[in-house]
Amino acid sequence: MTLVQRLITIFLAAIANLLTRILPFWLFKREGQTPPRFIQELGEFLPGAIMAMLVVYCFKDVNWLGANHGLPEILAGLATVIIHLKWRQTFISLIAGTGIYILLLHLI
Amino acid sequence: MPRSASAVAFRASIPVMFGYLILGLGYGLYMHNLDFAWWYPPLMAATIYGGSVEFVIATMLTQHFNPLTVLMITFVVGFRQFFYSISMLNRYEGHGLAHFFQIYTLSDETFAVNYTVHVPTGVDRQRVYTLISLFDYCYWIIGALSGSLLGTAFALKIAGLEFVMTALFIVLCLDQFKRESSHLSTVSGLIITILCLLVVGKTYFLLATLVLLVIEFAIVNHQKERR
Repeated sequence: MTLVQRLITIFLAAIANLLTRILPFWLFKREGQTPPRFIQELGEFLPGAIMAMLVVYCFKDVNWLGANHGLPEILAGLATVIIHLKWRQTFISLIAGTGIYILLLHLI
Repeated sequence: MPRSASAVAFRASIPVMFGYLILGLGYGLYMHNLDFAWWYPPLMAATIYGGSVEFVIATMLTQHFNPLTVLMITFVVGFRQFFYSISMLNRYEGHGLAHFFQIYTLSDETFAVNYTVHVPTGVDRQRVYTLISLFDYCYWIIGALSGSLLGTAFALKIAGLEFVMTALFIVLCLDQFKRESSHLSTVSGLIITILCLLVVGKTYFLLATLVLLVIEFAIVNHQKERR
């Protein structure tokens, strides 16, 4: 990507992110107006799927046929899950998960 | 009891301060590890201002220019903010620049704080909202800038640091999984994304997944209505 393409990408992301925040104020500002049921229910349905999608996105560049067969990614991912289920402290999970991955990269 | 709006706002923003400074630092370091110049993290923090979106856009900046995917992904990843705004419709009542700024900076954490903050009588409520938004916004930019400067100053290239994004999304996914009553969404998101990655390939699988998810929702919703 050229510098200009990068700046356009950042600009587009900023606009799209702002739109999610400002649209309700444009559409439903008048008293008593609510979004259509379809939108409301889509808003309840999507977050889980989107988060799962982003997890898969993070694994898209893993070379499963490479030297370590993606073992560090899988093990560190599982460790993050276990640590988070046990303590439920976002930052502990992030630091521990990343730390374990860095260690595994050196070990495997 | 603090009297001024800034004292109320600052006190309410302290938990976010720790969160944003630390995660912002990680984000700045992360982008440095992807070989970006020092000004990218603070620029993206200030313009996009959305943690998960920034992490994803950072990886997209290393690939081919793909404006449609960028727009769609950002809109969908940020879609939850649509509902924060709906909840704040009757609370953000200011005008002009301050009002716009409140909306522009409505992140997950700012929503959580502003939605629940206790404002003593006699203190300007809109001012407290604006100041909390401003403090949080600054924490995030300072965090991102420190991470990227730290990385640049000490040439901190840590192999494996990029896993912080994976860990972040795993954590967010688990939290969401715990919250939802039916796991149809998370499970189908997982399966559809993997299938799309295998079939469509790395460039367009996110777009394909999003389209399929909305179609799936429309079908499920339609069947529910008919019953």
